[in-house]
Amino acid sequence: MATQQTSKHSGTGTQPDPMLVRPLQIQRIIRDLGDTFSLILQPPDGEADFSFQPGQFNMLYVYGVGEVPISISGDPARREILVHTTREVGTVTRAMRKLKVGDSLGVRGPYGKGWPVDKVENQDVVLLTGGIGLAPLRPMIHYLLTRREKYGRIVLLYGARTPEDILYRKDLEKWRSRFDLEAHLTVDHATGAWRGNVGVVTSLVRRSPFDPQNCIAMVCGPEIMMRFAVMELQKRGVADDRIYISMERNMKCGIGLCGHCQLGPTFVCKDGPVYCYADIKDIFTKREM
Amino acid sequence: MTEITLPDKHVVVLERKNFQSLLDALSESGYELLGPTVRDSAIVYERIHAVDEFPVGWVDECEPGKYRLVKDKKKTLFGYTIGSQSWRRFLHPPTNKLWEATRDGNGFKVIQPEPDQIKRALIGVRSCELAALAIHDKVFSQGQYIDNSYQERRRNVFVVAVNCVRPGGTCFCASMKTGPKATSGFDLALTEMCVSNRHYFIVEPGSKAGKKLVDKLPVKQPKESEIKAAQKELNRAAAGMTRTIDSEHIGKLLNEKFDDPHWEAIAERCLACGNCTMVCPTCFCTNMQDSTDLTGQHAQRQRRWDSCFTVDYSYIYGGSIRNSVTSRYRQWMMHKLVHWQEQFGMSGCVGCGRCITWCPVGIDITEEARQLTVTE
Repeated sequence: MATQQTSKHSGTGTQPDPMLVRPLQIQRIIRDLGDTFSLILQPPDGEADFSFQPGQFNMLYVYGVGEVPISISGDPARREILVHTTREVGTVTRAMRKLKVGDSLGVRGPYGKGWPVDKVENQDVVLLTGGIGLAPLRPMIHYLLTRREKYGRIVLLYGARTPEDILYRKDLEKWRSRFDLEAHLTVDHATGAWRGNVGVVTSLVRRSPFDPQNCIAMVCGPEIMMRFAVMELQKRGVADDRIYISMERNMKCGIGLCGHCQLGPTFVCKDGPVYCYADIKDIFTKREM
Repeated sequence: MTEITLPDKHVVVLERKNFQSLLDALSESGYELLGPTVRDSAIVYERIHAVDEFPVGWVDECEPGKYRLVKDKKKTLFGYTIGSQSWRRFLHPPTNKLWEATRDGNGFKVIQPEPDQIKRALIGVRSCELAALAIHDKVFSQGQYIDNSYQERRRNVFVVAVNCVRPGGTCFCASMKTGPKATSGFDLALTEMCVSNRHYFIVEPGSKAGKKLVDKLPVKQPKESEIKAAQKELNRAAAGMTRTIDSEHIGKLLNEKFDDPHWEAIAERCLACGNCTMVCPTCFCTNMQDSTDLTGQHAQRQRRWDSCFTVDYSYIYGGSIRNSVTSRYRQWMMHKLVHWQEQFGMSGCVGCGRCITWCPVGIDITEEARQLTVTE
């Protein structure tokens, strides 16, 4: 819990209060897309050790406005900064977008279970994502590339609405130019000079080069996309216990005490957000669960 | 059903006329007294000082969607069965400030509120409510993350339990194995006996603190006949409960009924008002409310009780996960009876019957559970 605040007093004396937010300062803002931005955070005093598992999230608090769960999207090896990529979709994220360099953001976390970093050694890794779903997977990609020799093929399948909506364009270009990572992009609607794939990202699964018997697939996107992604992976012969998905629910506390994020018997904030598909396949497809 | 017995050691008798001495001893030990009293024609748990504030002679009549207080000839202190609200509001308050913040240049500083160090004596805690306390202990202070604010309040609590000698109209604690006699989790447990012209309490200490307190009271050793009479009353209460839930099998049975059409039938009656979640002693869901004062210099975060019956509860951008009343009722009931088991290793229902009594349309969880799991 590197970003947890050590409180001046603690009611119990046993552990710091997980409800307290820690103010961090915005060092840099990247305007990724029209509605998407990345905040690079550091403590005001400069000292930091943000260790986290790829796939974990933080609760981010905009002073006086509210708090939302946002995945960490930076490189886990760079522990001196915290990176969050957010899309403006509601009151809090709208206020967050208005913040400027030097402003503060409250942070609690990191929380939840991340991608299965311990299960991927010697495996092919398939990363299947769309839109802003790339943000929670980027730490995983960094993680894999830092230890590249430990894994088989790495295949990134990414879909965006239009070429203009492609997130982390620079990263993608860098990754595509590597010989040890295959990145396939697709868009729903081609515009301008786009000469790549057109169509849903799940359609890339059937012609991707990976060994279904020796791979781990990590999927992050809207639930409907993940549903089709799982189906396509299953068609290729990927077993359910080799598929991981990242779920999203309303969260107020991030630590299993507010009840909001319940998904069947699980709490998405502590038992997720990343789940092994085999563990939740019975509840994943139930409507209004 | 196994025979309910009182322990043969350490049990003492406190006469009704000396009951105030128990309250005084607690006050002298620094406890704020919280106990039953009558307000707005209902039994509520509130700050009390003296025995005459108790609901003397009042008895509650509970049915699905109905609650009435009636006067009884006997002048009992605990003749009613349970309070309309549970004790949880003292340990997990309906609104609770988690922290404040003040602006500081471009940033802000977070100030944690002073810890709650009030010593509270909960007087008249029923056995089902003890089970509910144990459930909240599990939820708030035995998981991966500890709720400091709950734990602060909880650690300074003195529990005076009261065994039930009269089953309430909507109770089903016997089938949930949580009552009617308190078996653990109390400092003192009382059994009120009001027979012919005698009115006394059998007092059973359940902790060191309880024993210490008994030493300060004008008590005497019980006669064997007094113990026997009390045991008889307790067994009669257990046998008198008409409602049941098959607590051993309900989780497994109900888990297979997610797609059952009967949920729709319940939803046709359910108003999604959330009353059941407000009176439930184990419901723990909360929302966060962030606000600032007019100047914007001060901000605070309040935690407030929330209910899974609201549409907002499951809202994520684009819409709510549980739009239909069907799905919201199902979430509540399956959480209590099915998922709680997996989450906390215990049932989320203690059989207090409040959700039945306070449902404006009288939906009865025991009856719905039976309908859903009945096999031809």
